[in-house]
Amino acid sequence: MKLEGSVFKYGDNVDTDVIIPARYLNSSDPKELAAHCMEDIDSSFTDRVQEGDIIVAAKNFGCGSSREHAPIAIKAAGVSCVIAKTFARIFYRNAINIGLPIVECPEAAENIQAGDTVEVDLDTGIITDKTRGMSWKGQAFPAFMQKIIKAGGLIPYINTKNG
Amino acid sequence: MGMTMTQKILARAAGLKEVHAGDLIEADLDLVLGNDITSPVAIKEMDRFSSDQVFDKDKIALVMDHFIPNKDIKSAEHCKCVREYAAKHDITNYFDVGQMGIEHALLPEKGLVVAGDVVIGADSHTCTYGALGAFSTGVGSTDMAAGCVTGKAWFKVPSAIRFNLTGRPAEYVSGKDIILHIIGMIGVDGALYQSMEFAGDGIAYLTMDDRFTIANMAIEAGGKNGIFPVDGETIQYMEEHSMKEWTAFEADPDAEYVKEYTIDLSALRPTVAFPHLPENAKTIDEVGDIPIDQAVIGSCTNGRLSDLYAAARILKGRHVAKNVRCIIIPATQQVYLQAMEEGLLKIFIEAGAVVSTPTCGPCLGGYMGILAGKERCISTTNRNFVGRMGAVDSEIYLASPAVAAASAVAGKIVSPEAV
Repeated sequence: MKLEGSVFKYGDNVDTDVIIPARYLNSSDPKELAAHCMEDIDSSFTDRVQEGDIIVAAKNFGCGSSREHAPIAIKAAGVSCVIAKTFARIFYRNAINIGLPIVECPEAAENIQAGDTVEVDLDTGIITDKTRGMSWKGQAFPAFMQKIIKAGGLIPYINTKNG
Repeated sequence: MGMTMTQKILARAAGLKEVHAGDLIEADLDLVLGNDITSPVAIKEMDRFSSDQVFDKDKIALVMDHFIPNKDIKSAEHCKCVREYAAKHDITNYFDVGQMGIEHALLPEKGLVVAGDVVIGADSHTCTYGALGAFSTGVGSTDMAAGCVTGKAWFKVPSAIRFNLTGRPAEYVSGKDIILHIIGMIGVDGALYQSMEFAGDGIAYLTMDDRFTIANMAIEAGGKNGIFPVDGETIQYMEEHSMKEWTAFEADPDAEYVKEYTIDLSALRPTVAFPHLPENAKTIDEVGDIPIDQAVIGSCTNGRLSDLYAAARILKGRHVAKNVRCIIIPATQQVYLQAMEEGLLKIFIEAGAVVSTPTCGPCLGGYMGILAGKERCISTTNRNFVGRMGAVDSEIYLASPAVAAASAVAGKIVSPEAV
């Protein structure tokens, strides 16, 4: 499966409080959450983001609170994939569990710039920056996680396993 | 190759003789936790399961603590959803207004977690229970949903960093100062995906409350869990609070650690984390002149009885500075009651502080102490991210209860030694 979109770029330690501030956690509706996605770090994000766009960030993306509302907000905002140098572990789990594609690739995260058009091939892990004509290979998921992703998230995976 | 303490607990829970860092395992869970923010999302997810049952109604804890007593209609709807779920499945450990406390102070107090347990919670500070020698870690709502239905969770077995704590901390150096020092040293991703295993003769000088505070903030260094060995102090705590059977695991002498640090606790000073990351740690002597508008003393990090005592010792016979709001939040009903019986509430109120019912409230910018633009708060909570407690351009300084209380009196950030 290939994804393509325009890039929003952020730095180190983007925490879940800026991805979706707690003042909006009195809702669990994906659309409502998406309307405030990234609000405290990039107030124009929700106005500019288009279906399929890609977030690229540096280290420790998604640190802080365990709120699954963070990947839910990103996904519901239309973002197709998040690429980062590293992800905080709870965000990493949550993204896989809800079916938001994420890729760890320090080189891509370093080189890709805001506004670039980037293609991500989820089957091969190849990330291509079409604007710059560069490509890199992201870290592959262990087979077990690939099964969860293929099933469409943790719950469909468990349902399949339990027949 | 030997195993770390965490690896031993996970091996037993997975029914394996041994595990190695990087192994993917499925472990049996002793407790699954959720709160009023994360549980509604999990309950929605549970509707997608082919099974309508919970794995064990005694091993699920649902604690309404973030936005309650409810701050608005939407949060009231969330709590209603969880309340109905708890009633439908006859969940034994459902804690609502009147019984609730901040989850990570409440569960140990109620004896729901003991040494050797494997616990997941849809709250990042679930790592707190490592203080009791349990493996506990934060997850999201979908993992919580899967845990409630299956009683199992998958884990990647973590490698570990060992922190040898030596020496006796000075009077105003608490668990909070120790963990802020450590996060300052290794950074907010210094323990990413790893266990933080604490060891050394210095642990003997740390109360259980100190250990809860330290384990609580393992997540602020990116850690999967933080864990303490089981000693006399731990056993006494468990015997006073729990009827559950416990198992003490010890790291093997040849366990492998990715890194080892030795920290001389006697050399530490009261420590403050500057905005906007917990890693921006400075000793109180390096702080400079930082006037404050608000002081918050409470949270799952520092809302226990010994924290309130530390604040009361400073506030007794003194008064909160003009133009400073001092908000004190006992973490549980039991802490609240004891604080009342032991005269602490009187000290707080006479000092010009307010005392609230238990709630996470201001820690995550929910309610009960939201900051306006450009305001500064000294807080005993755990995160000082941009906008965490209110306006995007407000500032949070993290510190111990003694430093927060002293700063409330002085109107600026000061050492308890200075008041």
